[in-house]
Parts: sequence; C-alpha cells; structure tokens
Amino acid sequence: MRKTYRGHPLWFAYLLHRVSGLALALFLPAHFYLLSLALTAPERLDYFLNFAENPLVKIAEFGLVFGLAVHMFGGLRLLALEWLPWSANQKTLAASAVAVSFLISGTFFLQAI
Amino acid sequence: MTLLEDTKYLEVEIWRGDAAGGEFQSFQVPAYESQTILDVVSWVQQNTDPGLTYRYACRVGMCGSCAMMVNGTPRWTCRTHVKKVADGDRLRVAPLRNLPIIKDLATDMDPFFDKWVAAEGKHHPSKSREDQIEQIDPENSARVEANSGIECINCSVCYAACDTVAGNPDYLGPAALQRAWTLYNDARDAKKQVILDAVSGTGGCHNCHSQGSCTVHCPNELNPMKAIAGLKRETAISFLRKAR
Repeated sequence: MRKTYRGHPLWFAYLLHRVSGLALALFLPAHFYLLSLALTAPERLDYFLNFAENPLVKIAEFGLVFGLAVHMFGGLRLLALEWLPWSANQKTLAASAVAVSFLISGTFFLQAI
Repeated sequence: MTLLEDTKYLEVEIWRGDAAGGEFQSFQVPAYESQTILDVVSWVQQNTDPGLTYRYACRVGMCGSCAMMVNGTPRWTCRTHVKKVADGDRLRVAPLRNLPIIKDLATDMDPFFDKWVAAEGKHHPSKSREDQIEQIDPENSARVEANSGIECINCSVCYAACDTVAGNPDYLGPAALQRAWTLYNDARDAKKQVILDAVSGTGGCHNCHSQGSCTVHCPNELNPMKAIAGLKRETAISFLRKAR
C-alpha cells in the first residue's frame, strides 16, 4: 500500500535528481580548487593524490561517479520528457537512468580498486 | 455510542477545525462490506456528530466534490473502498492539501478554480451562431490529444498531490494547465497564443518539476504531466519563433 502521495518512482527520480545536483554543486568548487593546486602548490596536490588512494576515498568516488552519471542520465530523461513526443514508459526510463548510472559507477569502482 | 460485540469497527481519525487550526478526532465506525471512505464520513455525520462538515454531491465519481486526504493520499472518497486504503482497520481522513480550509473536511476551492480561469481554461469562440458548425475529425492527432484530457472532473486531487503547488502558491497547477492544453489542441478555440501567454508566466507550466504525482493520483487516469510537457514544448517553440 502507498503510504503517502509521494511514494512513487518518478517522485524518487525527482528527489535523486535534486540531491545529486546539489551534491555536484558542492563538489565542483572543491574539485576546481584541487586542480588549481597543480599550478600553485604541486606538492600539496601530490599529497592529496596520495590520500586519494585510500579505499574509503575510492568508495566516495564511486558515489561521486554515480551522482554525476545519475544527474546526467536523469537530465537527459527530463529533456526527452519535455522535448520529444510523449512516451508512456516514463517509469522505465527513470529506472534505466539509475541502472546505467549504477553500471558506469560500478565499472569505475572495479577499475579503481 | 454503545459498541456491539459481534460488529467489526474501523478506527477513524477525522480532522476537525477551521482556517485557524484544528486536530484529529477519533471515531469508531462499523465496518461493512463494499464500504467507501465517503460512506464512513457520512456514517459519522449521520450517527455520531451531525456537526461534521464535508462536501459531496453525486457519490458516483462524476461531480468531483468529495476529494479528501485519506491516510496521507488525496483521493475521490466516493469511489475509494475502505478495503483498498485502510491501514489495518485505521483510517485518517483530512481536508485536501494545498487549499484553504473552511471547516473540517471542506476546503475553499476558489484558488483552484481561479487558476483554471487564469490559465485561460475557458472556451474562446472562433465562430458565431450564423456560421456552420465546424466539422471535427475524431482521428485528427490534435483532437486525440484534446480528447485525452476532457474527462477531468475538477476534483483537485492532482492539485493536492502536487509539491510544486505546495512550494509556490502562484503555480497554476496540473488541472488548470491540462485544461489549457486541451483547449490549445481544440480546433474550435480561437486564441491559442493567448493560452500560451497565460501558461508561460511566473506561475506557469515551466514551474513543473515532472514529479508526476498528478498523473499517479488522478482518479480518472488522466495525464496532466504529459499535458504540461506539451505546453512547455509549445511555449518554447512559440518563444523561439518570436525571437527569430
């Protein structure tokens, strides 16, 4: 039984898109700052790259790649929903976006460890 | 009320109060076979508390006046069976979300209908009574699109299910936008651009986040999300044409 009016796949797809978008917005400034260290303080960048070999960071990177992929494929799904002729299988498309993102981030993780 | 030993009872919580506030009040209602939520609410009003305020008219899913929040979900209560939505034997009935409360389960539907008008959800005639009646081809793709939205009964279930309406009180909402889309696709409507302008303003179709709760909960299985996507497309195309 549905507990509230929100408990359906497209609402969860919306939530995932929002949360992944916010997470990426928070991540990007940190990402650009670290890249800038290559020019301003190479030894600190090397120290960080060394730290990034830590298994916990690899798991976090899996989350990051998943977030990036799910935001990209979720965004493509929304573009298709709004610009292409209507297709009745919106739930399947949302589920596919999550599945493809999981495949990509899982492959990334297996390559990284 | 004396409870009978051989009768099964439902534990029903009904929201009581007005615009200033209120709380849930508990009632025990005899359980029957094929009982609807409206039956339960009516039983309370007829047998326990005649002061309970709620709204209904047809009881057969035609008039769109009896929608309420049932266990957290907006539903047409006259065609919602207790068996389908009760949490064990518990029911919690509240007034529709996103609308001002008048009293108990009756909400003020004015904002809902005002937005219907604000979205130009009214017929703009293209002919006078002297003209021939326009021949409509039912197979025409625009007509098929218009037909898909005409069974709306204005129950406001989609409006209550919409988190975008909750977050932005100016948002026109799924029902009004679907009506605008229906008229936009109607060959007999003379003011297509007026409709596009009305639905592309501050509270217009571009606010929609495609959460799809309107479509999931529409009791007549209509698809306002599809209609709003259509309006987004047509307003964008119209904007790009003007920019050229």
